[in-house]
Amino acid sequence: MKKVLIPLVLFIALVVFLAVGLKRDPRDIPSPLVGKPAPHFTLFTLDKGDNKFSPIDMQGQVWMLNVWATWCVACREEHPVLVAFSEKTQVPIVGLSYKEIQPQDAAYKAPFDDKLKLARERSQVWLKRHGNPYVTTVMDLDGRVGINYGVYGVPETYVIDKGGVIRYKFVGAVTPALLAEKILPLISELNKS
Amino acid sequence: MKRVILNAVLTLSLVLFASVSTGREAMLMSEDPKLEARLDELSHELRCMVCQNESLASSRAELADDLRTEVRELLRSGKSDREVKDFLVSRYGDFVLYNPEVKPLTWVLWFGPFVLLVIAVIFLGIYLRQRRALAAPEAMSDDERKRAKQLLKG
Repeated sequence: MKKVLIPLVLFIALVVFLAVGLKRDPRDIPSPLVGKPAPHFTLFTLDKGDNKFSPIDMQGQVWMLNVWATWCVACREEHPVLVAFSEKTQVPIVGLSYKEIQPQDAAYKAPFDDKLKLARERSQVWLKRHGNPYVTTVMDLDGRVGINYGVYGVPETYVIDKGGVIRYKFVGAVTPALLAEKILPLISELNKS
Repeated sequence: MKRVILNAVLTLSLVLFASVSTGREAMLMSEDPKLEARLDELSHELRCMVCQNESLASSRAELADDLRTEVRELLRSGKSDREVKDFLVSRYGDFVLYNPEVKPLTWVLWFGPFVLLVIAVIFLGIYLRQRRALAAPEAMSDDERKRAKQLLKG
């Protein structure tokens, strides 16, 4: 009896380990930024002209930062979810347009102003077509702000509290379930404090 | 014959691939060979977050390019290897290091395999002792020997 039981128990333990391992998302890496102040930046916004945005502008509000790009396939899946969310709730979402002009684009090596213009045009067309859930979108053309936020897979979403501290980070397309079960409760709790 | 052709094709593609990749790296090189050597050494110890199983040095992902540029600039501005690693860890977490630091959070990672090994050795010892005890033939008594002889004569 014992002879059968020991390998069986070991085998089951191994299966459980592997099963849990399979279910886990290898891209779900805990971000060291959670609990730290959101890195500072000043970037041009999507609107024409020299309008700039900085996270300090959101001080006193709980807000979300959503990293996206028109070339990002998963963003297309995520976008309607965000649009519906922005219509239902008052939570401000700031878009961070991440490296809109890609290396394979002809304009990649163009001067900054030309790149900015093209990126703005493209993003505006895209938002017009798919809806705009953002209070504002900022243009991170070279991805340097993305690096400071530890962005490695677009889309990414951050929840930032009134004091400018990152409270939550999610990599990948947010789902209605994630918003309802995790993000909204967190935001309402942060709004109370 | 088929094999020879296959080998030839493989070798050729390897050669081509190697030349392509060196060409690309050469393009990204900056003027300072010493700095490039440091960058190369460092980026072998850093993980590309996009492909996860490649180092920053070998990855062709766009983010890896960006991060190499970033690291190059940090090195140029006089940052030490330590500071560069801290820069990346503070943004991407310990996961960017192929050699994670030894600290309580990574103890299981560093020492877990050795603990498992010790446990396995202990079990092996117990198992072998049990087997030896089982396998040891019990000496026959004189009576038994007589009976056996008789039985064998049949």
